[in-house]
Amino acid sequence: MTPNSANSSVENLASCHDCGFVVTLEAGAHHVKTRCPRCRAVVHRRKPDSLNRTWALVITAAMLYVPANIFPVMKVISFGKAQEDTILSGAIYLLVHGMWPLALIVFFASVVVPLLKLISLSFLLISVQRGSNWRLVERTKLYHVVEAVGRWSMTDIYVVTILVALVSLGNLATIEAGMGAVYFAGVVVMTMLAAESFDPRLIWDRARESNG
Amino acid sequence: MFRFSTTTPSGAELVVPPGWLTLCHACDLLSRVGEVPAGGTARCPRCGSVVYRRIRDSLDRTLALALAGLFLFIAANAFPFLALKMQGNVTDTTLSTGVSALYEQGSPIVASLVLLTTIVAPFLQIASLIFVLGPLRLGIRVPGQLHVFRLLRRVQPWSMMEVFIMGVLVSLVKLLDMAQIVPGIALWSFVLLIPVLAAATSSLDAESVWRRVGFVR
Repeated sequence: MTPNSANSSVENLASCHDCGFVVTLEAGAHHVKTRCPRCRAVVHRRKPDSLNRTWALVITAAMLYVPANIFPVMKVISFGKAQEDTILSGAIYLLVHGMWPLALIVFFASVVVPLLKLISLSFLLISVQRGSNWRLVERTKLYHVVEAVGRWSMTDIYVVTILVALVSLGNLATIEAGMGAVYFAGVVVMTMLAAESFDPRLIWDRARESNG
Repeated sequence: MFRFSTTTPSGAELVVPPGWLTLCHACDLLSRVGEVPAGGTARCPRCGSVVYRRIRDSLDRTLALALAGLFLFIAANAFPFLALKMQGNVTDTTLSTGVSALYEQGSPIVASLVLLTTIVAPFLQIASLIFVLGPLRLGIRVPGQLHVFRLLRRVQPWSMMEVFIMGVLVSLVKLLDMAQIVPGIALWSFVLLIPVLAAATSSLDAESVWRRVGFVR
């Protein structure tokens, strides 16, 4: 292997996003697609257009977050009466019925997690764009947490699905998914794609540049 | 169709020889992975992210768990999942009932997302593990192993069975004073499938598999 005393030789190395194989990219051949010799995936030094893509997805998710919380996710029709539940009223229902651990989980998974995810990703994006040198390891860890925790937001979508399945077939009551569920599904998908499109290596790139 | 490999013998242990170069996926630091003892972990010296994990009997373990997972998956989809008893009426549901009910109600987006995350993604996870590791264990090469193994990585984040169980729990509580809920065989299979598939995923040594299935035309 060539000695890596200067950064210049490292600059041409890229790890394949799919299999992790370390590939040497041709210097100055940015328009040519390099394929990983091991797994045949297209190799990029960084996820392509990471900042723009992640911002677009974060903003989309933030816009969907509002109707997701305002519109009802579920409509219960029993004996001719219709009752609508939003994300928040669903959590409050559990709280009122004395199931506070479950209420806490639902509130955390559906309200706090998406919000924290959006705030954390925005923070990561802004700090990368400003070339921040601040707490690189902790920011990398924050990214890993954001990546791991997002899936739990699906809880409410599943609750609606299960209640629809169990109750809509009976005669006494019907449960329907509301508009809010569609928006909420959108929030979950967009935040997951946003976390996927953010490249944590950018945190270290910018810091390296500002270090000189 | 099948080509018997002469260079790689069938075997339980796929060992990655020490000294290979890796770039940290989180911070891009170039480092050399030294001797990692079985069960040991190599971490990035700069940011602490896991760079490589060597698992004892990775191939056998992962394959066995994936096969067990396949049976549990079939059971989880074939048998009744939950039943609702209300004033003498019993409503039986399977895992996919919610998906079709949502679809019929006019929520195709939500229905597809639930279908993807609870049925399609877990199935693809199990199937691709068996498809890639099975032939490896037998010492044969099957065309497409490479592409299927790449697919596995893409599919993983969308498999959300453990979150679905949380949804079941919340639903049960919500229906508690309205009706009686009877869990079926499928529910128990589903609950068992979660740790089995998680164990299969964490016992997989992807680097050693790439070394065996990669570099082909």
